[in-house]
Amino acid sequence: MAIFSFHNVKFSGVSGAIPLKEISNSDYKWISAKERDLLIKTTGVEKRRVVPGFRTITTSDLCFSAAEKLLYDLKWDKNEIDLLIFISQSRDYSIPQTSAILQDRLGLPHSCMTLDISLGCSAYVYGLSVICGLMQSGTIRKSLLLVGDISSLGTSYRDKSAYPLFGDAGTASAFQYEPSAPAMHFNLMSDGSGYDAIIMPDAGMRNWIDRKKSFEYKKYGTGIYRTKLNLHLDGIKVFNFSLREVAPNVKELLKVINKTVEEADYVVLHQANKLINEVVRKKLKVPEDKFPYTIHKFGNTSCASIPLTIASELQTALRMKHANLLLSGFGVGLSWGSVWMETDKLVVSDIIEM
Amino acid sequence: MNVEEFIHKIEEEYEDLQPGKMKPDSEFRKLLDWNSINALIMISLIDTEYDVQINADDIQKSITVNDLFEKVKKRTG
Repeated sequence: MAIFSFHNVKFSGVSGAIPLKEISNSDYKWISAKERDLLIKTTGVEKRRVVPGFRTITTSDLCFSAAEKLLYDLKWDKNEIDLLIFISQSRDYSIPQTSAILQDRLGLPHSCMTLDISLGCSAYVYGLSVICGLMQSGTIRKSLLLVGDISSLGTSYRDKSAYPLFGDAGTASAFQYEPSAPAMHFNLMSDGSGYDAIIMPDAGMRNWIDRKKSFEYKKYGTGIYRTKLNLHLDGIKVFNFSLREVAPNVKELLKVINKTVEEADYVVLHQANKLINEVVRKKLKVPEDKFPYTIHKFGNTSCASIPLTIASELQTALRMKHANLLLSGFGVGLSWGSVWMETDKLVVSDIIEM
Repeated sequence: MNVEEFIHKIEEEYEDLQPGKMKPDSEFRKLLDWNSINALIMISLIDTEYDVQINADDIQKSITVNDLFEKVKKRTG
């Protein structure tokens, strides 16, 4: 069982960057006005921030800006950063890894270890566990976890099941070795049998790009046309998975560490969609004021949704005092997990728009 | 639990549905202007109210409201 705890690591700060361009789903003309209203009401996605197009802003650009801002606010010496992890499904290149590019661009020393990880909605909780694990040696003093995605460019406009959901964002989180820091507790899980519930079928090594077939638009249902280079999202499958797994995963973690939902000051879920998150909220009996949302204004921001929601919605609360946070990420893989952590006067930078 | 109560919950959830119009032998797809989002709403309603999970296959194999109700009933403790 991947339930475990790490000590010695302090969560020092968090920041987020989003594109300036805003899209409103009430302008989504591919579906009828009636269906649009139902879509907005159910998914909760009113507006989204998206990059202007290919060859404009990448995930690493967003993460870079978020990291620069956070390091400035923390007043950290860049030479003390010994570890950088970048988690995304939208890397700059197939080869090489993006984390090394970010190490150089941020002006971090060669003594900094860098690592790319490919994960989506569960990225943040998984990334936290890797950061904490590597920092147990005690010789890694400070580290950065850069997490983000550009999902808007992967969807087909004529696919109502995916296009209106996603927003783009990049985030940075900072950690330092601190023997007096409270423990972080994890419960991480996976089920690869659902690998095709959220998938971009072509352009990986399994189905390499076919110059004709990969680009053909095919109909997959009413209002659903896409190519094999577009993101495919099996809404009902993902919905069933989330309802089945998320609440039990969180409850199991709480039971093992002997905590209750009431003891959490905030419960931050991956911003999947309003309907899913509300069912999970009710299952866990979390009051509305402890359950922040950004899905209405930023959309489903994949990897970035948890840190972005913390930076955007909990800035004032977390800056001032100590807080218990319960985080849960779930989705592509399928992969899911939760973490219990504490923050104390967390440095939370203002959201950057670019 | 009975089918009338189930219908009442559906009426509360789907704003466009006229109360009293849905009967146990009604074809729910026709009455609810069926699409994938309405399917998600149905799944979440059944999960929240009965703590029962239905999937795409269950919905596909159901024609009437009663068909759906029977599947839910079979799976409640």
